[in-house]
Amino acid sequence: MKFLAARRRNPIVALGLLLFALVVVGGGYAVVTETQPATAAMGSQTQVEDGERLYLEGCSSCHGLQAEGTGNGPTLIGAGAAAVHFQVATGRMPLAAPGAQAPAKEVIYTESEIEAMSAYVASLAPGPAIPSAEQIDFADADVAEGGVLFRINCAQCHQAAGQGGALTQGKYAPSLMESTPQEIYEAMITGPENMPIFADSTLQVEEKQAILAYINELQEAPSPGGLALGRLGPVAEGLFLWTAVFAALIAAAVWIGIKAR
Amino acid sequence: MSTSSPVETAGAATATYVDKRLGSNRFLGRNLGKVFPDHWSFMLGEIVLYSFIVVLLTGTYLTLFYKPSMVEVLYDGSYVPLKGVMMSEAYESTLNISFDVRGGLLIRQMHHWAALIFVAAMVVHAFRVFFTGAYRKPREFNWLIGVALLTMALAAGFTGYSLPDDLLSGTGLQIIRGILQSIPVVGTWAAFLVFGGEFPGTDIISRLYAAHILLVPGLILALITVHLMMVWTQKHTQFPGPGRTNDNVVGYPLLPVYMAKAGGFFFIVFGVIALISGLVTINPIWIFGPYTPDQVSAGTQPDWYIGWLDGALRLMPNWETVVAGFTISWNIFIPSVVIPGILFTGLALYPFLEAWATGDKREHNLLDRPRNAPVRTGIGVMAITFYGILWIGGGNDLIATAFDLSINSLSWFLRITLIVAPPIAFIVTKRICLGLQRRDRDKLLHGYESGRVLRLPHGEFIEVHEPINYKELAVITSKTDYSPLPAPEKTDADGVKNKKYLIQKIQHKISHFYYADDVKKPTAAEIEAAQHHAAHDAMLEAPLHEYEDADQISTFHGGVLHHPGMPETNAEQVAQQENRSTT
Ligand code: HEC
Ligand code: HEC
Ligand code: HEM
Repeated sequence: MKFLAARRRNPIVALGLLLFALVVVGGGYAVVTETQPATAAMGSQTQVEDGERLYLEGCSSCHGLQAEGTGNGPTLIGAGAAAVHFQVATGRMPLAAPGAQAPAKEVIYTESEIEAMSAYVASLAPGPAIPSAEQIDFADADVAEGGVLFRINCAQCHQAAGQGGALTQGKYAPSLMESTPQEIYEAMITGPENMPIFADSTLQVEEKQAILAYINELQEAPSPGGLALGRLGPVAEGLFLWTAVFAALIAAAVWIGIKAR
Repeated sequence: MSTSSPVETAGAATATYVDKRLGSNRFLGRNLGKVFPDHWSFMLGEIVLYSFIVVLLTGTYLTLFYKPSMVEVLYDGSYVPLKGVMMSEAYESTLNISFDVRGGLLIRQMHHWAALIFVAAMVVHAFRVFFTGAYRKPREFNWLIGVALLTMALAAGFTGYSLPDDLLSGTGLQIIRGILQSIPVVGTWAAFLVFGGEFPGTDIISRLYAAHILLVPGLILALITVHLMMVWTQKHTQFPGPGRTNDNVVGYPLLPVYMAKAGGFFFIVFGVIALISGLVTINPIWIFGPYTPDQVSAGTQPDWYIGWLDGALRLMPNWETVVAGFTISWNIFIPSVVIPGILFTGLALYPFLEAWATGDKREHNLLDRPRNAPVRTGIGVMAITFYGILWIGGGNDLIATAFDLSINSLSWFLRITLIVAPPIAFIVTKRICLGLQRRDRDKLLHGYESGRVLRLPHGEFIEVHEPINYKELAVITSKTDYSPLPAPEKTDADGVKNKKYLIQKIQHKISHFYYADDVKKPTAAEIEAAQHHAAHDAMLEAPLHEYEDADQISTFHGGVLHHPGMPETNAEQVAQQENRSTT
C-alpha cells in the first residue's frame, strides 16, 4: 500500500511543486491559468472567482492561501477538480478534526459551490477533471465484467459485497453502498488516502463503467436468500446463530422441559 | 383387554404379528419402559442429533446436483452478474443449485444453517457435560467419543465450506495449505500430497468431496451410534433432587412421555432450521465470485467454529526462524497446529487427569452442581475465555471498523488479554463458586432470607428467615465434601523408601489445589444448634402475634405503634410473655 501511495503521490506532487515554483517565478496568477491544458474542465471566470472566495474562507487555513499546502493539509495544486468534488461532495472536506482518515460526513456546500471550488483548484494546475455525464453512464456496461474487475481491483479493500473493510492503523476502506456513480468514478481517478489511483491506463473508461454497473448491482439488487445480515459474511452469520437461533432452540428445550413437570 | 378400543386391538394384533416373526416383544417391553431423567439441558444432545439428521437429509438433496469438478466452464445460468464468467464446475453447479434448481437455495441454506447449529449445539452440549461432571467414571469413554465427534464435526464443516469453490472457500483452502506447509520437515511434502501438486491444482475439490459426503459423515454416524448406545446402557445421569441417588434414575418412561417429547422436539428443531433458512441468507456465494488465487476479499472469514483458529493466526506475532536454510514459520505453526493440538488433547484427557489428580475413583451417576466443583468450573470458564478471545480475534477487522478502532491496537489489546484474562476468569469463577457454596451452607443452617423485614417492638429490624423446602434441601445436601489427598510419606512405617514419592507429591499438590478451599456441608450438630437459635429468634418475634388484646396494635405491617405498657426491649417482651403464660 505504501508502495502504491508513493507511486501515485510522486508525479503529482512533483508536478505541483514545479507549477508552484512557476507561480512564484512568473509572479502572476494568469500565467498559470494560461498553461491549463484544454482537457481539464475549465469553469467560467466568475465561477473560478466564486470558488477562490469559498476556498479562502473554508479551506485556506489548512491548504494555504495559494493552495500551496501547510502543516495542516497537503497542497491542492494539481489535485484536480475531481479530487475537490469528491472530497467536498462526500463531506470529507472541510476536515473537522485530525484523525486516521477524513470521514465522510454531512455536506455543507451546495453543488454549485462545490463546482466553483473545483473550478478554482483546476485553474491552479492541471489535474483529473470531474467526469462527464457520458463517462459515468453505465447503462450499456457489462455487469459481469464489472464484477470480475471489482473483485480483482477493489474487493481486497472494500470487501466483495462493497461493505468496506479495515486497513492498518485505524484506516479503513468505507462501504460503497451510498456512493453515487460520480463519486465512485472520482474516487477511482483521484485515489483518496490509501486508495490507489486507477488511471485510464490501468482501467479504461469502459472498465470503470463496468465497475460502476457492478457496484450499482450490489447496491440495488435484492437478496435472493432472504435477510442479508449486512452482507458481512460468516461473522455476522455466526453472531446471528449464537444469539437469535440459539435463544430460540434453548427456549424450546426449556419449554419442553417444563411442560412435563 | 375386554374393553379395548378398535385401535388397541389393531395395535395388539400388529405387535403379535411382528413378535411372531422377530421375537421383538421382550426387547421392546424391556426397553420402552426405560426411564429417562428430565432436564432441559439434557435436550442439548438431542438438538445435536436432530440438526445432524437435517444436515444428512438436505446434504443428500445437494449431492443430486453438485459437481465436484475443477474443470473451467463458462457460466451461462440465470444469475446475470456472473454471466460469461469463467469458473469451476463446482462453483457453477452451486450457483445452479442456488438459482436454477427448484428449492435449491432453501435446501442449501438449510444445510448450512443446520451444520452451524449442529456444531454449536455440540459445543454447548459438551459444556453441559463438562460443567456437571457427567464425564466422570463410568462415562469417560463416552466423553472421548464426544471429543472425536467434535473433531469430525469441524472436519465436516471445513470440507463443506470448501466445496462451492467460491472466493471464501478458496481463500480458506489457501490458508490450509499454508498451515500444512508450516509443519517442520514434512510440510511442503504434505501440502503437495493433499493438493495433488501445486495449489490449487485440479484434485482438491473431488478429494474434499469424498471426505465430506462419505468418510466424515460415515464416521460421525458410527460414532453417534456408539455414543447413544453407551448413554443407553450406562443410563443417563441426573441432577440431584428429592429421591435421586447415585444408584437410581428418576424420570419418565421412554414410551410414551419421552418419545412424545423427543418427537415433538425434533419437529421444533427442524422447524426452526427451516424457518431461519427461509428468511435469512447464509453464504451468498454469488457475491463472493469464483475462486482465483490472485483475488482475496476484505473481511474474509471462516465459519464460526473455525473462527478461533483464524483468530489465533491473526493474533500471533510474526515469528520465523531459519535453521540450516529452512524457514520454520512459528507464526503459522504455533497458532494453527500447536495451540489446537494442546486444546484438543487437554479436552480429551481431562476426565482422566481430574480423576488422577483428585484420587476420585468412584462411579458418579449424580451430576455435580458447577459450584460444588469450583476448580473444574474455573478451568472450564478459563478455557472458554481463552477460546472466546481467539474467536474475537478472528473478527478483529470487523470489530475495528464497527467500533472505529485501529486494528493494530486492537490486536495488541487482544494479545495481552489472551494471556491475562483466562487466569482472572479462573480466579473470579472459583471465588463465585465458593461464595455460592457458602450461601448454600448458610441456607442449610439458617434457612433462606424471606425478604420479609420485621421491626421488633424496641425498634430493631430483623429479616425473617424461613426454612428451605424439601426440594432445595435435597439439592443442597447432595454435595459431596471432598478433602485433598494426604501428603505422601518419604518412607513407610518400616523405613522402606517410597518409590512413588515424587509422583504422589505432585498428586497431593494438585488435589490440594482442587479441594483445599471446599466449603464443607454443616454437620448434624451444627444444624441442630442453628435450629435452636432460629427457634429462639422466632420466640422473640412471636409476641407480636400473640397479644391477646390485639386492639392495642394498630398496624402490624410496615411498623409497630408504641402504646403505653408495651415492652420496650426483647428481654422485657419475653419476660412479659413468660409471666402471662405462668399466670
Ligand atoms: C482542518 C484542515 C482542513 C480543512 C479546513 C480542509 N482540508 Fe482538505 N485536507 C486536509 C488534510 C489533512 C488532507 C489530507 C488527508 C486526507 O486526504 O484525508 C486534505 C486533503 C484534501 C484533498 C485531497 C488532496 C489529494 O491530494 O488528494 C482535497 C481535494 C481537499 N483536501 C480539499 C479541501 C477543500 C476544498 C476544503 C474546503 C472546503 C478543505 N480541503 C478544507 C485538511 C483540511
Ligand atoms: C488499497 C485499498 C483500496 C482499493 C484497492 C480500493 N479502494 Fe476505494 N477507498 C479506499 C480508502 C482507504 C478509501 C477512503 C478514502 C478517504 O476516506 O479519504 C476509499 C474510498 C472509496 C470511495 C469513497 C466512498 C465514500 O465513502 O464516499 C469509493 C467510491 C471507492 N473507494 C471506490 C473504489 C473502487 C471502485 C475501487 C476499485 C476500482 C477501489 N475503491 C479500490 C481504499 C481502497
Ligand atoms: C454428533 C455429536 C453428538 C451427539 C449427536 C450427541 C448426542 C448425545 C445425546 C442425545 C446424549 C443424551 C442426552 C444428553 O445428555 O444431552 C448425549 C450424552 C452425552 N454426551 Fe453427547 N453428543 C454428541 C457430541 C458429544 C460431545 C462433543 C461430547 C463431549 C466432548 C459428548 C459427551 C457426552 C457425554 C459424556 C454424555 C453422557 C451424559 C450424561 O449421561 O449425563 N457428546 N450425547
